[in-house]
Amino acid sequence: MKAVEAPERGHPELRPGDTVKVHARIIEGDKERVQVFQGMVIRLRGGGNEESFTVRRIASHGIGVERTYLLRSPRIDKIEVVRRAKVRRAQLYFMRDIRGKAARLKESR
Amino acid sequence: MKGIIGKKVGMTQVFDEQGNVVPVTVIQAGPCYVTQVRTSEKDGYTAVQLGYGEVKPQRITKGELGHLMRNNLPALRHLREFRVKDVDVSEGQEIKADVFNKGDMVDVIGTSKGRGFAGTIKRHNFKRQKATHGQSDRERAPGSMGQTTTPGHTYKGKRMAGHMGNARVTVQNLEVVVVDAGRNLLAVKGSVPGARDSIVIVAPAKRQPKPKKKQGK
Repeated sequence: MKAVEAPERGHPELRPGDTVKVHARIIEGDKERVQVFQGMVIRLRGGGNEESFTVRRIASHGIGVERTYLLRSPRIDKIEVVRRAKVRRAQLYFMRDIRGKAARLKESR
Repeated sequence: MKGIIGKKVGMTQVFDEQGNVVPVTVIQAGPCYVTQVRTSEKDGYTAVQLGYGEVKPQRITKGELGHLMRNNLPALRHLREFRVKDVDVSEGQEIKADVFNKGDMVDVIGTSKGRGFAGTIKRHNFKRQKATHGQSDRERAPGSMGQTTTPGHTYKGKRMAGHMGNARVTVQNLEVVVVDAGRNLLAVKGSVPGARDSIVIVAPAKRQPKPKKKQGK
């Protein structure tokens, strides 16, 4: 009965450790543009309409930036999976404590 | 005739046209049947009685069954009356979720969750008292009951501990966000009193909503 409300969007299946490009529609005033955010998926949570994922990237000056998106939001144009890494955990919070060379992960397959 | 009896399914969130997230309560609204029409000539007032919740005929009394059989309706567990000015329905007619349209404002009536005998903190939002500084057994106590010899008694209506919840509660002016006539589902913005699977009445809003406060951006 609850599943009724959730339309699937046909995005590729995401996994923790994936490096993704998220094309998000940003509305500023009456203008609309597409912003691309590239980073690593460190968390997937929820299901149905509330399903969300968190992408982490290292922005300029080595500042870590995390953005959480709702997977079924119509504001997400497209998600591209750039790379898949082999990880052994569901939540990659340890990535917050390491940087640079230590933050490299092995590619899967 | 606008109004329907339903069952609370639960809460979720949906996206609106702009992509904003809207918190909604899903209501299994109907199918309902018009079980009786009250007229001013016969009953002194006009109203429509709706029935909801099909059950086995042996689950309801023979009196109730006979009442429904007059219009060849199935056995229905819940009957509620809706006061209306002019009756535009006839007995036996089926009422579905599509009596409401997207964007309508509705009042939802339900029975709140029972909290049993609740203290003043839960029931009346009193504050806790000190936990330290020589206090003992005072953390959740209600405090003073009033003044001294004048007036010499505790005022009537003094808020104290007692039974809380399991009462009829109306939430006014909720917006209908989703209407699914095929599955008889309604989704209204915000929360609705009662537990999941409890019976709720959805009626058109009695009062105009307050003008919306301007939001930033």
